[in-house]
Amino acid sequence: MDEFVNLKATELRLGLPGTDNVCEETERVSCCNKRALPDCDTENENESSSKKKTETSPPRKAQIVGWPPVRSYRKNNIQTKKNECDHEGQGIYVKVSMDGAPYLRKIDLSCYKGYSELLKALEVMFKFSVGEYFESEGYKGSEFVPTYEDKDGDWMLIGDVPWE
Amino acid sequence: MNYFPDEVIEHVFDSIDSHRDRNSISLVCKSWHKIERCSRRTVFIGNCYAINPERLIGRFPCLRSLTLKGKPHFADFNLVPHEWGGFVHPWIDALARARVGLEELRLKRMVVSDESLELLSRSFVNFKSLVLVSCDGFTTDGLASIAANCRHLRELDLQENEIDDHRGQWLNCFPDTCTTLTLLNFACLKGETNLAALERLVARSPNLKSLKLNRAVPLDALTRLMSCAPQLVDLGVGSYENEPDPESFVKLMAAIKKCTSLRSLSGFLEVAPRCLPAFYPICQNLISLNLSYAAEIQGNHLIKLIQLCKRLQRLWILDSIGDKGLEVVATTCKELQELRVFPSDLHGEEDYNAAVTEVGLVAISAGCPKLHSILYFCKQMTNAALITVAQNCPNFIRFRLAILEPNKPDHLTSQSLDEGFGAIVQACKGLKRLSVSGLLTDKFFLYIGMYGEKLEMLSIAFAGDTDKGMLYVLNGCKKMRKLEIRDSPFGDAALLTDVGKYKTMRSLWMSSCEVTLGGCKRLAQNAPWLNVEIINENENNRNGEDEREKVDKLYLYRTVVGTRKDAPPYVRIL
Repeated sequence: MDEFVNLKATELRLGLPGTDNVCEETERVSCCNKRALPDCDTENENESSSKKKTETSPPRKAQIVGWPPVRSYRKNNIQTKKNECDHEGQGIYVKVSMDGAPYLRKIDLSCYKGYSELLKALEVMFKFSVGEYFESEGYKGSEFVPTYEDKDGDWMLIGDVPWE
Repeated sequence: MNYFPDEVIEHVFDSIDSHRDRNSISLVCKSWHKIERCSRRTVFIGNCYAINPERLIGRFPCLRSLTLKGKPHFADFNLVPHEWGGFVHPWIDALARARVGLEELRLKRMVVSDESLELLSRSFVNFKSLVLVSCDGFTTDGLASIAANCRHLRELDLQENEIDDHRGQWLNCFPDTCTTLTLLNFACLKGETNLAALERLVARSPNLKSLKLNRAVPLDALTRLMSCAPQLVDLGVGSYENEPDPESFVKLMAAIKKCTSLRSLSGFLEVAPRCLPAFYPICQNLISLNLSYAAEIQGNHLIKLIQLCKRLQRLWILDSIGDKGLEVVATTCKELQELRVFPSDLHGEEDYNAAVTEVGLVAISAGCPKLHSILYFCKQMTNAALITVAQNCPNFIRFRLAILEPNKPDHLTSQSLDEGFGAIVQACKGLKRLSVSGLLTDKFFLYIGMYGEKLEMLSIAFAGDTDKGMLYVLNGCKKMRKLEIRDSPFGDAALLTDVGKYKTMRSLWMSSCEVTLGGCKRLAQNAPWLNVEIINENENNRNGEDEREKVDKLYLYRTVVGTRKDAPPYVRIL
């Protein structure tokens, strides 16, 4: 079988340059990725099929510090798309008023998945901050408190009842 | 040597603005050095730690305008810890004590405090222009000092800074006598704005050409502002959350129509897309459009707007425009020189249909012959596309391509992107700045070394195979000034082969590479004119002496003033 050992080295190929380097590249790619993605430590480096390459670089872009290379200012300030809110008429609109504001606003509750999102949106809309929620003490850290009027006509603190 | 009196030579030098030319002039002879230095008005310092304020003032006592840059570029991506450095205070302090007649200060990536701003505002009677880009450390209180004390203020330009907004009345601090404003940009402020104070300020600033508002300025206020400033050339719209009622919309449109000088539009920080048509009448005049923060505008609305912007030279947009949208840009914007396409989905792994691909890039390159600068975030790329782009656009000066997934190969052939990027470098003989991504081997670096004759700034991430890669660049790129590398397998051999090279460069950044503590120490020993900084946030290992230990972050730069004294504990300067 010895004569087959060196055949590959002497083989003339008409493939595009670099196609045979896939195996080595995969291993080196793993080395680089090891640093960037600590979760890859347990992956098997001995695999050399080209399929592994796509598996080695999972779409975990959010976990690499500083990647993609977008300025942190931009990352912090881009408004996330509120696709759900594009369809008017399907939403649950409620009136929101703030003490001292000249007019009321309306928001669509179905756009939000939880209290923190709702409160964040209210903070942006009315330019205030709501403080931190404590079960025992309500909201601390701000002079504004989010409340709602329930069907009995009572003023209730937002956040006590489960979101659903 | 001089056949003319000094005043004549000085007069000749007055017409030379470029600081590089000025630097060359000052090397000719002692006499020219002296005349040049005493007449120099504008100084640019690309690395605030390369020199110190005392020496600056000693050499250029008649300085009027100073530009300073602090943190390394990768600080933009959270790779440099807070408190690393770049404090402006010592500079302002020294300039104040020396009674330099400072009129303009431009800072980038520096730490600015309210105290510094207060000192600045009180120390320079003729201070006219403050430009802060990507700075942090100050609040609106500092802005209040500037507003209150700088009697001849013309420009206050705050670009993408992290400012603590105390929601105070800083706009009110501009005295009634302040009528000289030509530029006011506070788009990055997050809090409420005193609209009445703003309107009064704009109304008494007849020379105001550029106004960029923050989120808190709603539609009806915008209408009033534009009505009292129809001379505006550059407008940054704040927010227009809800859809306006028809009457407000008509008023806005009327106000916009009167702004016949408007050439540049930006902002749209919170937008209901149905407000965009109010701007249609002036689109034909626009040369610059920045919609890169307008995440809520869908591709089709963007396209409708852009179709009217036939004179556009600069476009910053989100990838929600899609390849189809870029095709529209390519057919409409024949004057386009600079394009930036930013990613709109930064957090999730959502199905990314709206993203742009190589198709959009090729379309732009084919349709826009004047394009020379591009920043393009995309999810995939091919060698064939890059080769086509290189053929269509050999005039690139800045080419930055960020494929979102690291190490991603050509998505059609699964090969590396060496040939594609190589084609760009080879065709674009004037290329000065390059950022690359995707799967790249040492061969790509060989191309850079061979063809990157004018290359001054190179950003590398997750690329290369061996030290040879980095060596090709260091040996081949004679004009290299800033090299920044992350997560690439380059080590001590590459770092140490040509120490003298770093004399010709401003700085080198290497993070998550293979350089060791020992290598860095040897470098520092052989190059006393370099500051070799090791940034190590891991508290446990800070003073370890294991020379084989890999260095997490290395930042080195040439300097004439030795080790800096303001480094935090996690920075070790060898």
